[in-house]
This record gives sequence, C-alpha cells and structure tokens, in this order.
Amino acid sequence: MSDSDCNLCAIGPANPVESVLRLDRIPTIWCPGCGIGTSVNSFAFALMNSGLDLKKVVIVSGIGCSGRVSGYVDLDAFHTTHGRAIPFATGLKLANPELTVIVYSGDGDLTSIGGNHLIHAARRNVDIKVFCVNNMIYAMTGGQAAATTPGAALSTTTPYGCFEPDLNIPHLVDAAGACYVARWTTYHVKQLERSMGEALKKKGFSFIEILSPCPTYFQRKNNMGDGLAAMEDYKKRSKIRNGAPTGEIAIVPGGDIIVGKFVDRERLDYLALMRQQLGSHYHERGCQTC
Amino acid sequence: MAKGSVRVTAERCKGCGFCVAFCPTHVLQLSSAFNSKGYHPPSMIAPEKCSGCNLCGMYCPDFAIFGFRTGDSQKGKEAA
Ligand code: SF4
Ligand code: SF4
Ligand code: SF4
Repeated sequence: MSDSDCNLCAIGPANPVESVLRLDRIPTIWCPGCGIGTSVNSFAFALMNSGLDLKKVVIVSGIGCSGRVSGYVDLDAFHTTHGRAIPFATGLKLANPELTVIVYSGDGDLTSIGGNHLIHAARRNVDIKVFCVNNMIYAMTGGQAAATTPGAALSTTTPYGCFEPDLNIPHLVDAAGACYVARWTTYHVKQLERSMGEALKKKGFSFIEILSPCPTYFQRKNNMGDGLAAMEDYKKRSKIRNGAPTGEIAIVPGGDIIVGKFVDRERLDYLALMRQQLGSHYHERGCQTC
Repeated sequence: MAKGSVRVTAERCKGCGFCVAFCPTHVLQLSSAFNSKGYHPPSMIAPEKCSGCNLCGMYCPDFAIFGFRTGDSQKGKEAA
C-alpha cells in the first residue's frame, strides 16, 4: 500500500464528517451499496455548515434501516417506535421551542405506517425538518411492500406484483401545507447538502425526499442490480426541475426522475399561531402552576 | 503535481464502488487486496489527477474514504 492509503496511523487529516458521527458505532449495519450512508454525508456537511449550536439540534428516527441514522450521528437522539418519529418530534419541538428538531427516517416508517402523522404535521405546520430516505420498500423488517412501492414491483408481501399505485410524497406534503419540499437522490450529494442546509434554516414544516438504493431487498427482488447500478440509474434518469408542480412529479418506473426544490413558502407555524391566539396566556417554558 | 489526495480507512470499506464510479477525474479503482471482511477497498491508480475535491468522501456510504487538498495551507480543507 502506498502512503496515501495507509490507515495504520492517525497522522494527517481526518474525514471531516467524523466530527459529527458516533465513531464507536461504525461500521454501520447498512449493506454494501446501500445509499443511506451517502445521504448522511450530505447531512453531516449541512449540519457542520449550518452555524447551528449542535447542542440544540435533535434527531428523531422511527424504525428501519434509515432509522438507524439517529444512532450514528452525534446529536441528541430519539430512536422511537415504528412510524411515530413525527409525534415524538412534535412533542419535543412544542416542549422546547429553541431546539432544531430533525426527523430522519424511511419511506416505510414515515409515509406508510406513519403516513397519517406526516400529513397532519405538514397541515399543522410544526417547525420540524423531515428527511425521508425513500428506498421504495420496508427494508429492515423484511422487504414488505410500502405505500411507496411502485406498481408491479415484487416484494416479500407482493410476490405477484403490487396492485396499489404508489404515493407521490412531495405532492402529499405540499397539499397538506408544507413550507419547504424538495426531492433529490443519493447521486445528488451536493444538491442534497444545500437543500438540507436550507431546510435546517427554514421556519415551518420542511420535507426532503431522498431516493436511495436498496440492493438487498427492493433491487434484488426486482432484478435491478447492485447499489452502484441504482446510482447510475439516478444519474441517467434524473432531471432537475426546481419549482415543478408537485402533481407532475410522480415517479414512473423507467421514466424521468424529477428532482429539485419544489416548494418554498411562508406560513405561520403551529407555535407562532399558538402564541398569537393565546397572547398573554401563552408561557414559553414549563408549567406555570407548579 | 497532484492538488489533492485521499485517505482510505480500508476496514470500513464495503466495496460498493461509488467512489470509483463518481470520481470526476477517475483517480481510483477497487484494489485486488482484501480487507478483513473480504471487500476490496479502493486505491489510487492516477494519484496525479486527484484534485482533493472529496466527492469520493461525499459518496462513500461507509465513511471509508475522503479527499483533501494538499500543499500550502490546504491541509484537510474541504471543497465547498
Ligand atoms: S436492507 Fe436495503 S435499505 Fe436496509 S441497509 Fe440493506 S440495502 Fe440499505
Ligand atoms: S478527492 Fe476528488 S479527485 Fe480525488 S479521488 Fe476523491 S473524488 Fe477523485
Ligand atoms: S465508496 Fe466507500 S465503501 Fe464504497 S468502495 Fe469506495 S471506499 Fe469502499
């Protein structure tokens, strides 16, 4: 081995993302070619460049491969029950409004088992940032079909193909009132980093869908090759269309993948409305009766 | 002279090939050597072409590689 790839000693620069990772937890449990870790790099840079006091940033995950992110990033973290990351995050934000609350979880967790929470957090405009890794399947629990599994795709629960149309998640959260909506793939590492940075600063419910390879379940079941094949596919099929109407960006198997920032709007968030309506009856912190 | 270089933590690598495929100047290849898990970590085949852009680091899902600028005051500095 040459000097440049020797890792036996700790001389020289360290990987900058390590400063926001829990190194004692690495290597991760993720499969070779899984894209979740790639999204974490964009997230790590967005965090480091955000200027936020990381002691006041909290990450909340539900169950699933993507839900493991909360255990690998060195922030205060909540690893919650399946589908319930958003209710936990909502409670955190309301109890301690000065926190920046991030939900990092998968499509199965956030849009399928927890789909109702997603809709209502967007409607209420709770000031949380939701980063949804979409690998189009419930991966960790065994490869079952999710609300995001595209028609005809095989999964452990749809051995003859899926007969349900899949959700267009950006359209759903846009319709429910989200303030910031974007979609990228794990191929778009730089754009994703920038978008996460914007979401971290945005007041109100912010949502980023991150399309990510799952070679072990989704792709293996559907003969779609390895993680790199999915990344090459994203590279080939993605078209950046910032501001595209979210009703027109459903993912069609084999068709263009429309990525970009679709929604960036201002709306009073839940806490602002509560302060406004309660006036002097509103107390920022703690119960005033005890 | 190369403007940058990479550092590989071979034991973390799972051989996915993202770093090799998406290095803009084709600096890397998966080596024939194994790590203890049986994966082939990347090595530099064209080190003189490395710009230190750290795209390899951005793509690596296992935090096993990163690029950095060499020379002057650039030690460890990342491309924005
Ligand atoms: S099962 Fe799929 S999503 Fe889960 S770690 Fe493996 S590749 Fe990633
Ligand atoms: S730092 Fe940039 S140029 Fe150097 S190997 Fe990595 S991706 Fe290639
Ligand atoms: S991207 Fe990371 S895990 Fe994949 S081959 Fe390169 S160093 Fe190994």
